[in-house]
Amino acid sequence: MIATSYAAPNIIVFFTSAILILVGALGVITVRNPVHAALSLIMTLFGVAVAFIAQSADFLAAVQIIVYAGAIVVLFLFVIMFLGVGHDSRSDVEPLVGQRAFALVGVVITIGGLIALMASSHWVTGATSVSGSLVKGNGNVKQLGTAVFTTYLYAFEATSLLLVIAVVGAVLLARRERATTPEAKEEVRS
Amino acid sequence: MNVPAAWYLVVAALLFGIGAFGLLTRRSALIMFMCLELMLNAVNLTFVTFSRTMSDIAGQASVFFVMVVAAAEVTVGLGIVVAVFRRRSSTSVDDLTELKG
Repeated sequence: MIATSYAAPNIIVFFTSAILILVGALGVITVRNPVHAALSLIMTLFGVAVAFIAQSADFLAAVQIIVYAGAIVVLFLFVIMFLGVGHDSRSDVEPLVGQRAFALVGVVITIGGLIALMASSHWVTGATSVSGSLVKGNGNVKQLGTAVFTTYLYAFEATSLLLVIAVVGAVLLARRERATTPEAKEEVRS
Repeated sequence: MNVPAAWYLVVAALLFGIGAFGLLTRRSALIMFMCLELMLNAVNLTFVTFSRTMSDIAGQASVFFVMVVAAAEVTVGLGIVVAVFRRRSSTSVDDLTELKG
């Protein structure tokens, strides 16, 4: 851990990740084209991965890139291009009067509340860790694996069941009904 | 010295707020799913930050499970989007008004 002995690199890494995260997130919610929104989402996910590495969560950073940027965003792009979704032409229309203003007020209250909570509270609860303290430095993969396969074994098995259910459910949902095959194909093309 | 944990928490709060705003205002179901991913990532960032602050591996294990659930959720959600698009030729959530009271 050479990097922790210097202050400046950490701050540079922090601001790089913060800029990546926030610019990407603003891009997702402002850009019209869904493909550009998906690319902005990749930017945010990379920023979060940088923040993970800076906080010595190496394995999670790798998973973040491989699973999120590599699989989930590709799935998004696949669906966007499969459906041929173009520009969101009606994004200026407000179906409910003042929806954006109310959303903005609610979000500002939420962020303000979160930051006020952080500023006013202290985090040490006195509870002891059930899975051991974090090893400082690089290479917590072994420790994370030990925690997942011993303390959280049942949760891990439950997630495997969840993934099987999700895959079967997605296949069932997206399956084309036999009677409407030619029409549906034309509909998708148009 | 390290960067204070509060900085990362503020970034995570802002990311959560941006995601929530997009979820409330955008009309396309695909963009709404992306905003959901932003909010999940904000929570993941908070988990990792507290994991470092409290020196506890449980936060990182939680992020692991959140990622699995997010992957499952996106799979099912995009399946629903494809199924809806087949019937309506649109991914706008405003077209789904059949349950209107």
